[in-house]
Amino acid sequence: MVGGEERVMGTKMQRRRALVDDRVARYERMVEIRAFEDRVQGLFAEGLVHGTTHTAQGQEAVAVGIAAAARTTDTVTCTYRGHGMGLALGMTPEVILGEIMGREMGCIGGIAGSMHLVDRELGLLPTFAIIGAGIPVAAGAALTAQVKGADDVAIGVFGDGAANIGAFHEGLNLAAIWGLPVVFVCENNQYGEYSRINLTTPIDDLADRAVSYGIPGIVVDGQDPDKTVAAVSEALERARSGDGPSLLEMKTYRYAGHSRADKAEYRPEGEFDRWYQRDPINTFRARLEAEGLLTQGQATEIDQAVAARIEAAVETVTASPPAGVEAMFRNIYASL
Amino acid sequence: MVRMRMNQAVATALGDEMREDPMVVVFGEDVAAAGGPFKTSDGLLEEFGPLRVRDTPISEMGFLGMAVGAAASGLRPVAEIMFIEFLGVALDQLVTEAAKLHFLSNGAFTCPVVVRASIGAGLGFGCQHSQTMENWMSHAPGLKAVMVSGPQSAYGLMRSAIRDPNPVVVLEPRALYGGRAPVTTGEEGVIPLGRAARVREGSDVTIVTAGAMLRVALAAAQASDEWSAEVIDLQTLIPWDREGVVSAVRRTGRLVIVEESPYTSGWGTEISAYIGSRLFGELRAPVVRITCPDTPVPFGRELELRYMPNREYVLDQIDQVMATGKAPEPWWVGRSA
Repeated sequence: MVGGEERVMGTKMQRRRALVDDRVARYERMVEIRAFEDRVQGLFAEGLVHGTTHTAQGQEAVAVGIAAAARTTDTVTCTYRGHGMGLALGMTPEVILGEIMGREMGCIGGIAGSMHLVDRELGLLPTFAIIGAGIPVAAGAALTAQVKGADDVAIGVFGDGAANIGAFHEGLNLAAIWGLPVVFVCENNQYGEYSRINLTTPIDDLADRAVSYGIPGIVVDGQDPDKTVAAVSEALERARSGDGPSLLEMKTYRYAGHSRADKAEYRPEGEFDRWYQRDPINTFRARLEAEGLLTQGQATEIDQAVAARIEAAVETVTASPPAGVEAMFRNIYASL
Repeated sequence: MVRMRMNQAVATALGDEMREDPMVVVFGEDVAAAGGPFKTSDGLLEEFGPLRVRDTPISEMGFLGMAVGAAASGLRPVAEIMFIEFLGVALDQLVTEAAKLHFLSNGAFTCPVVVRASIGAGLGFGCQHSQTMENWMSHAPGLKAVMVSGPQSAYGLMRSAIRDPNPVVVLEPRALYGGRAPVTTGEEGVIPLGRAARVREGSDVTIVTAGAMLRVALAAAQASDEWSAEVIDLQTLIPWDREGVVSAVRRTGRLVIVEESPYTSGWGTEISAYIGSRLFGELRAPVVRITCPDTPVPFGRELELRYMPNREYVLDQIDQVMATGKAPEPWWVGRSA
């Protein structure tokens, strides 16, 4: 098979490094995110998971683009639709599914659930379940880099819905006036909860809002991982070299509803099909095949390896113990 | 010991911590060039420079969020909220983000952020700039909150707040900023969080108070020849010193709480409930809470003075409970509203 064990089965750091300059590995991670999210939806539908979940099928190229371009010393803030981001950054399916299913082996010990993922070594702050909250927090992580004189960058990832909350405007303004090393990535998946963006926002391109803060605002094709990697790399370089923040608007599409309860029946006729024609996984596979980097047989092997990996994770997690009562009393206060 | 005003004590504590720890940074509205609207950061910009001491736009949600991100990634930010009411627009960052960051990271991240805010009535700022609002923090495990009562308390609690690895809200009664007292600086002047201070000894009744009400409670205690009151400055409201308060009330058998906030759901409600249930059989009188009425803070000198507990009112309430063994009605009972 292509790439080998390390990319699929490796440690989180191996999984992260695999994306740095290997486009096939990026393809494989996108396949993994899709398969993971499909499986998570299935587990919820089967009643095997408590609570709610927000999945990110269709948005894989955004997460993978960010993870491929960023260093592990960069800080990422992300939303409650975070499984794909976590997998892209290198987190294993086990620790994410463990958290989703409330198991001790989850990344937060199973006390937080689907909306909350974290990995300090990979640079991921606890994901934010409040719309927009992570935007100024990313600016704060960038402030740390600036005060310390480090060349680390913060990346604030949020949805189109967050572009209408005060934290977005305050965070961008603060980052701009202080020239902070931060990249704001708006993942415009066309829907804020159940509302299509044209009903909540009077402009076509959210990137235009960057003008108000005197920073670059760039529209990016969020369905093309080559373009997302390039755009994030360029913005990171700009931030690292002291030229301040940027706003990237990644145009993408949320295949699922907002959360598990939402069947997305409000979608206009034909919209899903139009976006699916530009499915990030299918189009990238075709490109890699055309470039001779991937054969059909290898693509099938990747599908099988990923499916096996996800099934193994489901088995492991399902058989593992749930968080015990003592877990909820841990880590409320840090000690001196 | 140096005699200084409370606002100078705050600035001195910030400067001392900034000198010891290069990760301490200060930001807020007009805290740098102007030295703070209440001169609580005077001189810091000159000494520590614009990288560490910054003026922010009027963006509390934004700069508290920045403080959270900065704290999680290694700085020790001290963010100033000019009037506690302005925290309303930024409360998410404090109670939903900062308070839960350690919990939500399985202990991997800490959030050592300090949020300073001026609080309280007495200066004629009207009902949107005179509240105390400490109960905004009381249902967010993970947060700590202290209320300072004078220059030493401001100095010592501020230093501990900055060193603490958790988010700490420091509430500073605005009416006390100009009051002078001798302050012990340096390590000897540091006051630990989580512990109440016995400010006056007495045998008949324990008065538990905090912030600007400390001087009112002390004045009442000193004025009475009929009874002898022990006065406790709670200092840390969250988490409060249960052991300290229990042992104090055990000594006297009576508890009076003096608070500068509306009657309903004040910090004293919690203490009253706890002591009432834990020491039920040992109490010689019901717990008495002396508070402000459940009204917005009125404007106008006479009304504002009437609104807050004062020496005469505290004296009268304690006289009544001592004489009758019953909790007296507050002064406003029987009025419409």
